[in-house]
Amino acid sequence: MAERVLMKGNEVIGEAAIRAGLTCYFGYPITPQNELTAYMAKHMLAKGRTFIQAESEIAAINMVYGASSAGARAMTSSSSPGISLKQEGISYLVGAQLPAVIVNIVRGGPGLGNISVSQSDYFQSVKGGGHGDYRMVVYAPSNLQEAADLTVKAFDTADAYRNPVLVLGDAILGQMMEPVVFKDIAHRTFDKSWTLGGKRNGRPANLVNSLSLEEGVIENWNWEFRLKYESMKKNELMFETLYCDDADLIIVAFGTTARICKAVVARARAQGLKVGLVRPITVWPFPYKALNDIGRKTGEFLVVEMNLGQMIEDVRLALPDACRIHFHGRPGGGVPEERDIFEIIDHVLVKNKKGAITTRGTFINWEIS
Amino acid sequence: MEHKVLIAGFGGQGVIVTGTLLAHAAMYAGKNTTFYPAYGIAMRGGMANCTVVVSDEEIGSPVVAHPTVLIVMNTESLDYFLPRVEEGTIVVVNASLVNKEADRNDVRPVYVRANDIANEYGDSRMANMAMLGGMIKATGMLPLESVHETMKKILTGKLAHMLKPNQEVLRKGFDSVK
Repeated sequence: MAERVLMKGNEVIGEAAIRAGLTCYFGYPITPQNELTAYMAKHMLAKGRTFIQAESEIAAINMVYGASSAGARAMTSSSSPGISLKQEGISYLVGAQLPAVIVNIVRGGPGLGNISVSQSDYFQSVKGGGHGDYRMVVYAPSNLQEAADLTVKAFDTADAYRNPVLVLGDAILGQMMEPVVFKDIAHRTFDKSWTLGGKRNGRPANLVNSLSLEEGVIENWNWEFRLKYESMKKNELMFETLYCDDADLIIVAFGTTARICKAVVARARAQGLKVGLVRPITVWPFPYKALNDIGRKTGEFLVVEMNLGQMIEDVRLALPDACRIHFHGRPGGGVPEERDIFEIIDHVLVKNKKGAITTRGTFINWEIS
Repeated sequence: MEHKVLIAGFGGQGVIVTGTLLAHAAMYAGKNTTFYPAYGIAMRGGMANCTVVVSDEEIGSPVVAHPTVLIVMNTESLDYFLPRVEEGTIVVVNASLVNKEADRNDVRPVYVRANDIANEYGDSRMANMAMLGGMIKATGMLPLESVHETMKKILTGKLAHMLKPNQEVLRKGFDSVK
């Protein structure tokens, strides 16, 4: 087995990208993802690859567009306000069918917000933050091992569909250190005959473009893109379930929040409380069907997020109407505490919802509270 | 067993180095571990802190709201964090710089004359290693030897000459706690 190394999350993502064969990195500094750009400055150049600190986030995403058009494995990273600036570029990448990896180490918002941890970019990530009718696979790692593994995977997914892929982290994931193992990578090859590499052997000219004013062309493109999105839904969905078979209450959480919830599940089980966990690993595609199936056996659900309640809307869509959904959220830099989550489990399963919970951010029967 | 350690001091006292070394040592000892710094605005002389979790189980939150062990390198850190910790917390105090006691009877205070120990070996900047040694002794979190071995892996090359004095300060801090 490869050696366990202790690294910072931002650096883990950078190292994983380098090992995945990243050839061009374009970044612009912003806390809490700075160590990623710094790691790339040091290690991309040392390996003779391209590192550019662009003049802005917008320039960086458009450099990704250019590099990807020429067949490079390209990536950019930023944090929430910077990712907002990149949205136009992401939409163009989809429109031009360009593979790329974008990393968002989410911080508190809206606006400039703060540099603390948040998951408030969920809607932007999974519902299309840019204009146009598009989808992209969004990976939400829960620990640094997964950050390494999913970053590697993101490049292949991007190439396989010729579509950008988002790695959705948060400030805890970016700033924390944890042991990680960099596994051997089976490098796949992808058809790059569409790239702009210069006309060789008299082949027809390639065009990388997201514009057509001809009647019906963009509509046709959209229908073709839809086939890719359907294929992603079918083939790229990833989620984890824990103790769902006999659970009386199931927590739904993603990313860093899910690891906090896992500790709560362990504590609840140790006390004989039947609590389970569903953790979307891809937040798009979302495990609608799996949740629906589980919701036919379990009545009580608790969604925990570091925001005002975003993924909970997808959980509501997924679950049968009869399921009751509770919520605990910490927006703008707050971190859910194990004891606050446990209090809700106790309230629902032990106290049978008698009495009141005064913890800010907790909503019993979320839709009607 | 899970230990949640909060290390606090002023910038330049080696708070982050201490946390990083502890997390490395925990990893090499086969434990699960996380390290999380208070990041962002940092300056020499300003407040610095980080949290390290060392556990035999999978670790939930790397952000520690309620530490089981508090290491305070200076008076300001003691004043700030002591009222915030829970009953039973082990509070390791740098008695060289903090001229008062951990004034709560429901915590377990441990005093290490860290700067004095470090000065004996020629450099007060090693005070953080004395604190780490004292903490290891008070908690039994890791064997002293595993921290010694970890230092060998980190203090190499240009830093190699610092290995021996740091190991000695660590041991002295360890031995100073009964």
